[in-house]
Amino acid sequence: MTLRHTLRLTIILLAVLHALIFFAGFIAPYGFSSQNRDLTFAPPAQIHFVDAHGKIHGRPFVYGLKTDALDPTGYEIDPSQIHPLEFFVAGAPYKIAGLLPATRHLFGVRAPSQIFLMGTDAYGRDQFSRFLYGGQISLLAGLLAAAGALTIAIAVGALAGYYRGWIDEILMRTGELFVALPWLYLLFAVRAVLPLHIAGWQVFLLLVAVMGLLGWARPARLIRGVVLSAKERNFVLAARGFGASDFYLLGRHILPQASGVILTQLALLIPQYVLAEVTLSFLGLGVSEPTPSWGSLLSSLQQYYVLSSYWWMFLPAVLLVPVFLLYYAAANALQERFRSVQL
Amino acid sequence: MKYLSRRLIHAILLLLAISFFSFALLQMAPGDYFDSLRLNPQISSQTVDKIRAQYGLDRPFPVRYAFWLRGALQGDLGYSLASNSAVGPLIGVRARNTVLLSGTATALAWLLALPIGIWSAAKRRRTVDRAAELATSALLTVPDLLLFLALLLLAVRTGWFPTGGMTSAADDESSFWSTFTDIAFHLVLPAFGLALAMLPMLVRHVRAAMIEVLEAPFVRAARGHGIPRLRILFRYALPVASNPLIQLLGFSLATMLSTSVIAEIVLSWPGLGALMVESIFARDLYVVVAIVMLSSIFLVAGNLLADLLLLAADPRIRTE
Repeated sequence: MTLRHTLRLTIILLAVLHALIFFAGFIAPYGFSSQNRDLTFAPPAQIHFVDAHGKIHGRPFVYGLKTDALDPTGYEIDPSQIHPLEFFVAGAPYKIAGLLPATRHLFGVRAPSQIFLMGTDAYGRDQFSRFLYGGQISLLAGLLAAAGALTIAIAVGALAGYYRGWIDEILMRTGELFVALPWLYLLFAVRAVLPLHIAGWQVFLLLVAVMGLLGWARPARLIRGVVLSAKERNFVLAARGFGASDFYLLGRHILPQASGVILTQLALLIPQYVLAEVTLSFLGLGVSEPTPSWGSLLSSLQQYYVLSSYWWMFLPAVLLVPVFLLYYAAANALQERFRSVQL
Repeated sequence: MKYLSRRLIHAILLLLAISFFSFALLQMAPGDYFDSLRLNPQISSQTVDKIRAQYGLDRPFPVRYAFWLRGALQGDLGYSLASNSAVGPLIGVRARNTVLLSGTATALAWLLALPIGIWSAAKRRRTVDRAAELATSALLTVPDLLLFLALLLLAVRTGWFPTGGMTSAADDESSFWSTFTDIAFHLVLPAFGLALAMLPMLVRHVRAAMIEVLEAPFVRAARGHGIPRLRILFRYALPVASNPLIQLLGFSLATMLSTSVIAEIVLSWPGLGALMVESIFARDLYVVVAIVMLSSIFLVAGNLLADLLLLAADPRIRTE
């Protein structure tokens, strides 16, 4: 597979992933906070094509669950009745992008039976739906924080690289300070002065802002390096000779040359910030219940009985691996691609 | 000398910046202790003002900062209300535990990373190199959280390892040796996990540094002279490649207090990171700020140490 194919494939897959998360309301069969107190810690549903009598069904189906007679906390499959999977079913109302109200879901089974692709948690909430909704918080945090950090980095890198002199000196020394900061502890410290129970979105925005503010230094140094060499290119000098302003030169000729570095850094920073959000929420310092995030989905694993008895509670963590893999692969491919362009 | 003095000034500036930030954080927390006195109708507002003046709370911000800084320099980091003790000793014990954990892990990670990195650089684009590349990429994409949770699951399920903590039972009578083995037994899992988490980045850096050197003409010349392979690798190439690696080692030492946060919490190792999270929930602000300060001091010290090592190892910097 050539470089171009790798790059295209990773970007397409990333786009699909983000689309899935963006349309979480449609893909997820249930809302993120709908509880089933009689179905706590239900195991993931298995999708069958062949029923107990050996009959093959064209439409996939699931079996219902009934409480185990011997073990009140366990479940056993109830093979007496099949529940066929249906598509584009009406269900719990949700909003697309927080605006358009809708009730159609991609799939589901007819009520009162239910389908839990990734099992349920301690409140009987569908883990699959919560994983999709949780991605909205985690990925948005990653995207916003990375965008914030890169915006600062572009401004700083452009100023320092273009004007040199004392501006360069001050900005780059400050950058060295920021690179060295123990940023996870600083994030904790900022979280510590906030009240523990403030509105979810406030915590979210604040954490994103802090993460963005702390992370600009490394990309800024890289961008500065590109600006330094880019502003000596002949066509830039020519444009300057024709009387182009500093602002025009930076925006039209110099910064576009840094686009490779910027994109690569974006692909590297997003998973890093997603991971930071996951860590904070895992510790209970991020968004609060019932809003899910990829980190808070894992926090119940801190209890030993959940950890050792319910393997499907691990699924959200396992699903993070391909997500990060995609981002790192994209970053690698981008780096290779822009390196070959420059040579 | 110019190099060293510049690094020193930089270190001091960094510490000042972080101390200022920490103090600002303390000030940002809403209200102060005496605000509640104002609600008491029997205490006049003049009295409250007088008490505030007594504690220096009426002074302007820079003056209070100077006072706080002087206290911190003398080791007075404040008082932990949650555990009812001075912050200094409380943090001391936890920091020792953290250093024990992450020090072991760092040593383990470096001991593994150096041979793996050198080997895969020497066998570049061969099966060994590809395998190492695949393994490090896989490790890199596994979030630390998942790694430690999986290790904890291993401990809970198999019972081969203790499921957290640092010692089995509080037994003051036990001999030094039994305490030592007990702690070592508890250390295995978290240290191993943390080393695994550190490993991929280290291996990649070692490999990249070695490859750069191995491509240099002098290595080809040495090979042409018939100097043995291993001697070229370790005696000729490694010292030249050590420059970025020493910086990386400094970084490893510098981040020693903060890399183990997740490991400590998931595997309940009584370290600084665990204390940090406990303190946030207990709203024990002085502890939080003291931990930030302590880890920054470690950071600065680690980077300075790396600079000194670099000075000793690289003649080019000495003659600069």
